[in-house]
Amino acid sequence: MRRSVELRNHGRELHHFQRRLAVSVGFVILLFCLLFARFFYLQVSQRDHYHALAETNRISISPVVPNRGLIFDRHGEVLAHNYSAYTLEIIPSKVANLEATINELASVVEVSGRDRKRFKKLLGESRQFESLPIRTRLSDIEVARFAANRYRFPGVEIKARLFRQYPKGEGASHVVGYISRINTQDLKQLETDGDFANYRGSDYIGKIGIEQSYEKELHGITGTEEVETDAAGRAVRVMSRNPPISGNNLKLSLDAKLQEVAEQAFGERRGALVAIDPTSGDVLAFVSKPGFDPNLFVDGIDSENWDLLNNSIDKPLNNRALRGLYPPGSTFKPFMALAGLELKKRTPQYAISDAGFFSLPGSGHRYRDWKEGGHGRVDLHKSLVISCDTYYYGLANDLGIDKIFSFISQFGLGKLTGIDIDGEVSGLLPSQEWKMKRHQQKWYAGDTISVGIGQGYNLTTPLQLAFATAILASNGTAFRPHLVKQVTSSKTGEVRNIVTGPLYTLNFNPDNVAHVHKALVDVTQPGGTAARAGAGASYSFAGKTGTSQVIGMKQGEKYVESKVNERHRDHALFIAYAPAEKARIALAVLVENGGHGGSAAAPIARLVIDYFLLGKLPAGAASETGDDGEGVHD
Amino acid sequence: MTSSARLWHYLTRYVDNFLLAGLLLLMLVGLLVLYSATDANLSRVSNQLINMLVALAIMWLVANIPLQHIMRLAVPLYMIGLMLLIGVALFGEIQNGARRWLNIGVTRIQPSELMKLAVPLMMAWYFDKHEITLRLRDYAVATLLLILPLLLILRQPDLGTTLLIASSGFYVLFLAGLSWRIIAGLLVVSLGSLPVLWVMLHDYQRRRIMTLFDPTQDPLGAGYHTIQSTIAIGSGGVIGKGWQQGTQTHLDFLPEKSTDFIFAVFSEEFGLVGNTALLLLYMVVIGRGMMITANASTQFTRLVAGSITLTFFTYIFVNIGMVVGILPVVGVPLPLISYGGTSMVTMLLGFGILMSIETHPKLVKT
Repeated sequence: MRRSVELRNHGRELHHFQRRLAVSVGFVILLFCLLFARFFYLQVSQRDHYHALAETNRISISPVVPNRGLIFDRHGEVLAHNYSAYTLEIIPSKVANLEATINELASVVEVSGRDRKRFKKLLGESRQFESLPIRTRLSDIEVARFAANRYRFPGVEIKARLFRQYPKGEGASHVVGYISRINTQDLKQLETDGDFANYRGSDYIGKIGIEQSYEKELHGITGTEEVETDAAGRAVRVMSRNPPISGNNLKLSLDAKLQEVAEQAFGERRGALVAIDPTSGDVLAFVSKPGFDPNLFVDGIDSENWDLLNNSIDKPLNNRALRGLYPPGSTFKPFMALAGLELKKRTPQYAISDAGFFSLPGSGHRYRDWKEGGHGRVDLHKSLVISCDTYYYGLANDLGIDKIFSFISQFGLGKLTGIDIDGEVSGLLPSQEWKMKRHQQKWYAGDTISVGIGQGYNLTTPLQLAFATAILASNGTAFRPHLVKQVTSSKTGEVRNIVTGPLYTLNFNPDNVAHVHKALVDVTQPGGTAARAGAGASYSFAGKTGTSQVIGMKQGEKYVESKVNERHRDHALFIAYAPAEKARIALAVLVENGGHGGSAAAPIARLVIDYFLLGKLPAGAASETGDDGEGVHD
Repeated sequence: MTSSARLWHYLTRYVDNFLLAGLLLLMLVGLLVLYSATDANLSRVSNQLINMLVALAIMWLVANIPLQHIMRLAVPLYMIGLMLLIGVALFGEIQNGARRWLNIGVTRIQPSELMKLAVPLMMAWYFDKHEITLRLRDYAVATLLLILPLLLILRQPDLGTTLLIASSGFYVLFLAGLSWRIIAGLLVVSLGSLPVLWVMLHDYQRRRIMTLFDPTQDPLGAGYHTIQSTIAIGSGGVIGKGWQQGTQTHLDFLPEKSTDFIFAVFSEEFGLVGNTALLLLYMVVIGRGMMITANASTQFTRLVAGSITLTFFTYIFVNIGMVVGILPVVGVPLPLISYGGTSMVTMLLGFGILMSIETHPKLVKT
C-alpha cells in the first residue's frame, strides 16, 4: 500500500518535474533569442554607426610640422639652417613627480643645472599637454643609455627633432633674429591672425629679426597624417599622409663677409653700422654692437644667460641700428647744404665771415662754433669740409623750420624707412606742428638754429641716416631698404624679389648735388675732418663726420673728452658713400661714446668700403680703428 | 581486452562523450580568442591551457565518484562553506575594495566560489530528504539555506557571485516544484524590495546600474566598458573583422578584454555569424545538460543536474548581456572562454557531477 502511494507520488512528481524542465528550456531559448536580437541590432542595423565610431576611435589626424625655410646671405652663405638631433622630452601631465623624475633621469643622462632651470622656465610658459625638452642634443651613447632604462620613466621620451641653428653665432644676430618656443602670447596672436591651424604641432615661432618678420614665408604649410592610435593615444602606424610644404628659403641682400668685416671693425666698442646699395636699396651690412648668440634662445634661454643679456649695461639685445635714437649732429649738414642750394637761399659762391659764433638779430645769445674763434671765410664747400657750425646756424635761420622740415623729410628722416624687420622707430625731425603737439609750445626762432647742425630736437636712427645718405648718393632716387632680397618658393622653386623698383625720385638740380658731392669727397682729403680715414683711398670716398652730444654743455663751458665719464662722452658719427660719382655703397656709422666722428667712426667706414669695393680685408685686427690716442678709458 | 583498451575503458567509463565534445570545442574557441585578446601572448594562452587541463582532470575525478558519495558530501560541504564565509566576514583579506579572500596559511581561498556548488547541492539534498512530504515549510527552509550564504556574500560585496548563487538556488526551488503563485508573489516582493536594495547597494554598484540605462552618462568611468564593448561588437558586423584583426581589441580600447569582456573580442572578430555559432554551441551543451537532467533518476540528481545546467546558462546570459549592454556590468566570466582558473574549475566540477549522474548506474528508489 505504502509502496504504491510512493510510486504514484513518484510518477506525479516526475511529470511535474518534466513540465518544469520544459519551461526552463523555453526560458533559455527565449533569452538566447533576446541575445540574438541584440546582436542583430548592433551588428546589422547599427553596424555602420558602430563602424564609424570604431574608426574615429582608432584614427586621429596628427599634424606634420614643415621644415623651416633656410636663410642665406646674398652669396649663398648659410645664416640659419636646421639640423636633426635627439631630445629627451617630458610630458609633465603624465609625470606625477617631476622633481623626482628629473633627479632619476640625471643618473642616466647628464642633466645640468642649466637644463633644469631652462626646463622650469619652459614649464611656466608651456601649453597644456605639451612635451617639453629636458635635454637637447643627446649623444648616441646617451640615447642608448636612456633606451635601456626607458621602462623606468613613463612620460619621458626620446624624440628626433629639427633644430634651428645659426652658424654665425653673434654675427648678424640682430638681422637674422631667432626662433623660440611658442608662448601663450604668440598663441593669442596666431589666433587673431587665423593662423592657429597651421601651427598645430609647431613648437617654434620667429621672435625677432627676419625670423619674425618673414615668419609666414619661413614656417611653411603644416601637413597632416592619418595615424592609427591606441587607447593610450600612442601612434601605431600611419594610414595616409598629406605631406607638409617646407617654408620658403630667403636670400638676404646682406653680404655676410662684409658684415663680418664691419663687426670686427667695431672691436669691443658699442655702436651701429648700416650699409645700403643706393642703386637698389639692398642692405649690405647691418650691424648693432654688441650682439648676442641667437642659438641660446632656440631651446629656451636659461635665466642666467637671460639676466646676463638683459641686465648688461651694454644692452646687447637692443638693436641700435633699428631702434637707437641719436642726434645726427654734423652728418645733417650735407642735407642742409643741398636744401640751401635747391631752395635758393645759398649759392656755392656765397661765403660768410665766421667769427666763431652766430647770434640772432637783436639777441645776445651766442650759438658757438665747435672751433673757438671761427674758421674765417667760409663758403658752402668749406662749410662741409671743415664742418663749420656757424654757416649752418645762419642757413637754418634763413630757411626757417618749415622749409627745413619739408625738404629734409624727403630723405626719410623722422619717418619709418619701411625696412623689412619689425620694431623700427621713426626718430624725430622737428616741426612747428610737432612742437605744438608734443610740448604745447610755439616754435621759437632759436629752436631752428640748433636744428641746422643736427642737434636740438633732432633724433635719427643709424638706419635712417644710411637711407638718407643712399638717397643723396643716388642723386635723389629712393629705394626701400630691405634685408631680404629674394624669396624662393619651396613648392615651385619660383623666385620673388622683395623690392623691384624705386620708391620715389627727387628731382634735384644736378649741379647742386654735384657741389655737395665734391665737398663730401674733400672731407676725406687732406684738410677735411676725415682726412686721416680717407688717406690713400683709391676711389672717390665721400663722407661727412658728425658728433652728437650725450650731455648738454652749459653756456661757456668747454667739453674736454678726457674729463667726461666714458658713458657720457659724445657719440661719433660718420656717413659715407663711394665711389662718389656712381655710388655702389652708402653707409652710416655710429660709435657710442666714441668721441669724434672723424677719428672713431670714419675709419670703420673706410674698412667696410675698402672691402666692398676692393675686396681688401683689413690688415690685422681692429687695432687700426681704435681711438685716436686721445682720451683715457675708465 | 588488451591492456590499452582496458585503460581506455577505465578512462572513459564515466565520461559523457557528447558533453565532453561540446566542452572541448568551447575551450578551443576560448584559446583562439584568448590568443587574439592577449595580442598573441603565448604564456597566457598556455597558462589557460594548464587551467583547462587541471579543470578537466578534476571533472574526470568527480565524474568517477558515484552520486551517493557526492550526496553524502552535500551537508559537510555546505557547513564548511558557510563557516568559511563567516571567517571571511571576520578575518578576510581586502582586495580591490572587496573582502572575498580567506588566508588559510598555505594558500588563499575564495569560499563564495565553493558555495556556487555547495548551495544547490545542499538544497537538493534537503528536497531529496523531504521528497515524500513536500510542504510549504520545506520550501521555506530551503530558501533559508539559500539566503544565509547570499547575505554573507552580498556583504563582501560580490554582486556577480550573489546573483549566480541566487539563481542556482532559485532553479532548485523552481524545479522542486515551487508553486507558480509563490513565484509570482516572490517576484512582486522582490520588485517591491528593489528600492530597499537600492539603498543597500554600494555606490559603484549603483553607478553600474545607472550607466546600464545610459552609458554615455559616464563615458570615461563606469560607462566606458559598455561603450567600448558595444562599439567593438557593432563594428564587427555580420562576418566580423577577422581573427586578430579587431581594432577595438588590438588598440586597447576594450577593457578586461581577456576576462569579463572577452566576448566583445570574439564578436568583433567573428561578427554575427560567429556569435550565432557560439550561441548554438552553448545551446548544445545546455541541451545535453537538460537531457541528463531529464534522465536523472532521483530527486537529488534531477535538482542538481537541472540547477547546474541552468546556472551555466545564467553565466552565459549575464556575461553576454552585460557585454552587449542590456545588463549591468557585474563580474561574471564567460564560461569556458574567459581567462581564469577558478571559474574554469567550478564550471567543470559541475559538469563532472553531470557526467557522474549520467554515467553511473541509475539508482531506483526502493
